[in-house]
Amino acid sequence: MNDFLLIFKNLFRKKLRAILMIVSILIAFAIFGVLAGFERAFNAGQDLAAADRLVTVNKINFTQPLPIAYYNRIQSIEGVADVTHANWFGGYYQDPKNFTVVLAIEPASYLKIFASEFEVAPDQADAFVRERTGALVGETLAAKWGWKVGDRIPIASSIFSQKNGSSTWDFTITGILKAAKPQIDTNFMLFQYAYFDETRSFGKDTIGWLILRTTSAALNDQVADRIDQMFANSSYETATDTEKAFNKAFVAQLGNIALIVLLVVGAAFVTILMIVGNTMVMSVRERTREIGVMKTLGFPGGRILRLVLGESILLALLGGLPGLGIAWLIAMAMRESLANFVPGIAITPEIAGAALLLMLALGLITGLVPALNAMRLKIADALGRS
Amino acid sequence: MADDALVRLSGLSKRFVKGQETITIFDRLDLAIPAGDFVAVMGPSGSGKTTLLNLLGGIDRADEGEIQIAGQRIDQLAESELARFRAAHVGFIFQFYNLMPMLTAAQNVELPLLLTKLGRQQRKSHVATALEVVNLGDRAKHYPREMSGGQQQRVAIARAIVSDPQLLLCDEPTGDLDRATADEILATLQTLNRELGKTIVMVTHDPAAAKFARRTLHLDKGRFVDAADLAA
Ligand SMILES: Nc1ncnc2c1ncn2[C@@H]1O[C@H](COP(=O)(O)OP(=O)(O)O)[C@@H](O)[C@H]1O
Ligand SMILES: [Mg+2]
Repeated sequence: MNDFLLIFKNLFRKKLRAILMIVSILIAFAIFGVLAGFERAFNAGQDLAAADRLVTVNKINFTQPLPIAYYNRIQSIEGVADVTHANWFGGYYQDPKNFTVVLAIEPASYLKIFASEFEVAPDQADAFVRERTGALVGETLAAKWGWKVGDRIPIASSIFSQKNGSSTWDFTITGILKAAKPQIDTNFMLFQYAYFDETRSFGKDTIGWLILRTTSAALNDQVADRIDQMFANSSYETATDTEKAFNKAFVAQLGNIALIVLLVVGAAFVTILMIVGNTMVMSVRERTREIGVMKTLGFPGGRILRLVLGESILLALLGGLPGLGIAWLIAMAMRESLANFVPGIAITPEIAGAALLLMLALGLITGLVPALNAMRLKIADALGRS
Repeated sequence: MADDALVRLSGLSKRFVKGQETITIFDRLDLAIPAGDFVAVMGPSGSGKTTLLNLLGGIDRADEGEIQIAGQRIDQLAESELARFRAAHVGFIFQFYNLMPMLTAAQNVELPLLLTKLGRQQRKSHVATALEVVNLGDRAKHYPREMSGGQQQRVAIARAIVSDPQLLLCDEPTGDLDRATADEILATLQTLNRELGKTIVMVTHDPAAAKFARRTLHLDKGRFVDAADLAA
């Protein structure tokens, strides 16, 4: 026997009670994990946005096009380091249900601007720049359909059609794009703007939006003003903002997820804290006599304190760790089905770490009062008078 | 006699404050118990028998006076030192056994050894020996609820002796047992006294139980009566 066994036996002296407490803690941590995973995914775009990246869109609405000529004109503006552009293709594979993020982009400049986010093998990047009908496929997307370099894949557009009437484009996969950080989503595909612009039946010489890097984040506001002034009073006025603000505005439409997480998790925790705390106090009080006996045997107050705290922490871990495991399973399951809407739902190490800290806090808080009571207990009182 | 006393109380006073009232349990009590003695303490309910054992065992504090056990002034020890003192020198046996319900007989007996530096194997052999002494070698894996009162009390005795203390303090150890079982327990205590040399102080209501002791002290109104020769 050792202290751990003693703690374990104490916890499970009333099995049903212990199991009910474990289950309620488990549910709380499952909720915490899933919501935190969601929150993380929703806000990942904002957090990952580079401070020195700006996005220029049509002032009317970001779904309205801009002339391709803006690409060269913005390049010449003072304070702009690099520019690239993108078009929303509205793609799907085989069936409109399989909606896929597909962007028509200018290969060299796009890969340069996003070099810190995505990794492509140099020979594959070269092949992509060279090959007119080439496509770079994100790792996640490639895995989803089992695509490999060299595969020819047909991708249809729900917006555009080709001059020959077909709404399906054929691409050759020239490379696989890997995320440079785990939070980055790679459930998308890139192909050459030149191929797109030449074959589509309408919208020639227009682009969706421009992404640019400033020479310094401190110049962001100046550069944004210069761009928007340059195109003021033209038929395509622009709105330029930081990528962060752009992503934020996009996410804002989905509601304040962080607040919801906080409220739901907070309410669940306070409830569980009270239930578990109260149950621990009761359970230790029922043992008053036994604690008196242990002290009589010579167990010092500090050791008794540790045994009770150990019990409440063990309880929190026995509920919390499987709860986190279940959250992970749920996140994995949702990752697939929600990949197109909230990409990158995951229980990250940060979330697991936060959950672990919460478990320890829960254990300490619920165990503290009964542990102190037990430590301070006077033996003669505990044993009573017979 | 004064020098070989294992237990020595001198000028011991103990009072309880209950609301406005102060109850004096002992007023300058003196007592000496030599090593190897087996003393029965009898007296009416409320006469302070349990309080006396608590003071001897260092689980309650006197208001005045000295308590010397095995040459050590335990009235001068701090709480943590007292805990260490109890673990090393005193074994307690209670009326209601006070075993841990979720532990087996062997685990209950092992409990005090968790306070020692003994390794797993050593603890195991100490536990086995203690259970043998009380004749419960075959019940090691049983839980208290699976045992009779007499068996539980024997587990409690094994727990009290497993760390080999000199002094055993028993508070009505047979108060909850039938005659035959009580006699078995008392015979066990007698054996511990005679063969292992344990010094035993046993509180009891039962004159038949007191006969197993070497001598009997009668406690009444905070004094030992008819026992002037025993007080040091
Ligand atoms: N912790 C306490 N607080 C107040 N009074 C107490 C306390 N412990 C014992 N007493 C009182 O001291 C007296 C002696 O108690 P006790 O030693 O238990 O007697 P006995 O064991 O001889 O029956 C009783 O009147 C009891 O009510
Ligand atoms: Mg009593």
